Amino acid sequence: MTVPSAAGRRAVVIGVGNEFRRDDGAGPEVVARLRGQAPEAADLLVSDGEPTRMIEAWDGAALVIVVDAVRAEPAVPGRLHRLVLDQATAGPSGSVSSHGFGLGDTIGLALALDRMPGRLIVHAVEAGDVGQGTGLTPAVAAVIDTLAAAVLRDLASPAR
Amino acid sequence: MTHQRDRTLVTKGLARVEGEGGMYVAVTGSQVDEVRLDIYEPPRFFEAFLRGRSYTEPPDITARICGICPVAYQTSACQAIEDACGARVDGPVADLRRLLYCGEWIGSHALHIYMLHAPDFLGYPGAIEMAADYRDIVERGLALRKAGNAIMTLLGGRSIHPVNVRVGGFYRAPSAADLAPLAQQLRDALPLALDTVRWVAGFGFPDFTCGHELLSLSDQGKYPIERGTLVTSGGLAFTAAEFEQHVIEEQVPHSTALHARLTGDGLASDGRYLTGPLARYSLNSGSLPPLAAQAAAEAGLGADCRNPFRSIIVRAVEVVCAIEEALRLIGEYRPPAQAAVPMTARAATGHGVSEAPRGVLYHRYEINADGSIRSARIVPPTSQNQRAIEEDLRQFVQDRLDFDDEELTRVCEQAIRNYDPCISCSTHFLDLRVERR
Repeated sequence: MTVPSAAGRRAVVIGVGNEFRRDDGAGPEVVARLRGQAPEAADLLVSDGEPTRMIEAWDGAALVIVVDAVRAEPAVPGRLHRLVLDQATAGPSGSVSSHGFGLGDTIGLALALDRMPGRLIVHAVEAGDVGQGTGLTPAVAAVIDTLAAAVLRDLASPAR
Repeated sequence: MTHQRDRTLVTKGLARVEGEGGMYVAVTGSQVDEVRLDIYEPPRFFEAFLRGRSYTEPPDITARICGICPVAYQTSACQAIEDACGARVDGPVADLRRLLYCGEWIGSHALHIYMLHAPDFLGYPGAIEMAADYRDIVERGLALRKAGNAIMTLLGGRSIHPVNVRVGGFYRAPSAADLAPLAQQLRDALPLALDTVRWVAGFGFPDFTCGHELLSLSDQGKYPIERGTLVTSGGLAFTAAEFEQHVIEEQVPHSTALHARLTGDGLASDGRYLTGPLARYSLNSGSLPPLAAQAAAEAGLGADCRNPFRSIIVRAVEVVCAIEEALRLIGEYRPPAQAAVPMTARAATGHGVSEAPRGVLYHRYEINADGSIRSARIVPPTSQNQRAIEEDLRQFVQDRLDFDDEELTRVCEQAIRNYDPCISCSTHFLDLRVERR
């Protein structure tokens, strides 16, 4: 399995979310699933998505893969999206509160600071329930293995 | 701006505060009638979650109340339970607790100063836009936050919701060698913190003075962080165990957070008071370590500070203080024989207080003989500050009614951010609505 490691740079997988808000825990769950499967050169991290922490987490990485739950309207819980972002396509989404910072804010700040990773891949899963409590809804739980496999494919072939 | 005598301003989505809620300002003619913080983030019921759980669990459960200040929740929880168990934590374990808390102060304050508050003073809608023009400065903020997170990660196991904290101390204590790289990172961060004080001291500040009673901890000559007893600007002094005799919480119709009032002679009729950096500094500036004291003096702060807009300077001074303290603690550190003081549950009630970045955080637990929690009480700083914030906004708006709608809204948002309100913690907030009628 090839991981971009030129000049000591690394790959980072970041599961964004809160496992105590139901389907918002999908990102952390995928990271948990990847432990023992992902190549050792890939860092597996969990984050609340706060931009400074995100930028710190991917500092120096050639490849960053973010797994996050998203709210869609109308939602199809469990539907997957894969986005490949680079400096030409990324931009800020508009700031709300720090609890509500989105990935777009992280990308906007990283662009302003010239701290974007070489390549950023986002795997998003549409959430069915982000209320308080543990455990994913069946529709989201059913795609965790699929998401983990997709991350492994990206780690193996980052230019895909 | 409209030029009618009666008018309505509506601003949705006040940004750069912690959590969700709104603010409503009613103005009739030239008189501000009402100012309300409408907190609508759902109540989080943590006090109820804790009933029936083991006395060992509150540090991990309550840390989840806030992603910015989990150590504050863990520390107040630990101290309350240790109080109930009749145990005392001191020596190197207590020093590690203060060191961990320093990490949270550095990270939280750096986030607020650089990402949330500085854009107001420099005329930017947010940190992203500010970063385009002030890249090196924002990088400095990120480096400070990283230093704080490094302490959290080393001592807490991770930078968010630390997992190495337990009642009585820690699951694992670091070796002196573990702390050596951290000391170097903090030595590198210290000049950045001093530069931060000089930078924010150069901002323009509205002429504004608040007259609230001030409440903070006092810690035997040390700047209060992780422990202490309570003192007020009016001369009250009481212990954590006496907190609920002096601080009364009440429901208000417009908020899912309780409002607090301080009882005692000579206080404002509504019992409003202020906790947080202004109170902490004004009641403890004489206890700052040398570099922080010098930085405060050079920034022109004086012995106390009553202008909430200048709280950004106080936070910057407190970052210096936290780094100085962290370096001192690391320099004096000798690993404890045991990472945690042994604890045995007993039927008792315990009380704990600490200085969260936003102010005094009180916990009380009533524990059954079998170690299960019978009742819990958590009083976070933002709910304590709500009355004072509303009163400051009333006075602030009253003096600026000639501002056009857009500018008035902007300065009100800035004024709210003076308090770094953590609505997630207090919900028990932001959307700003100004109604001129």
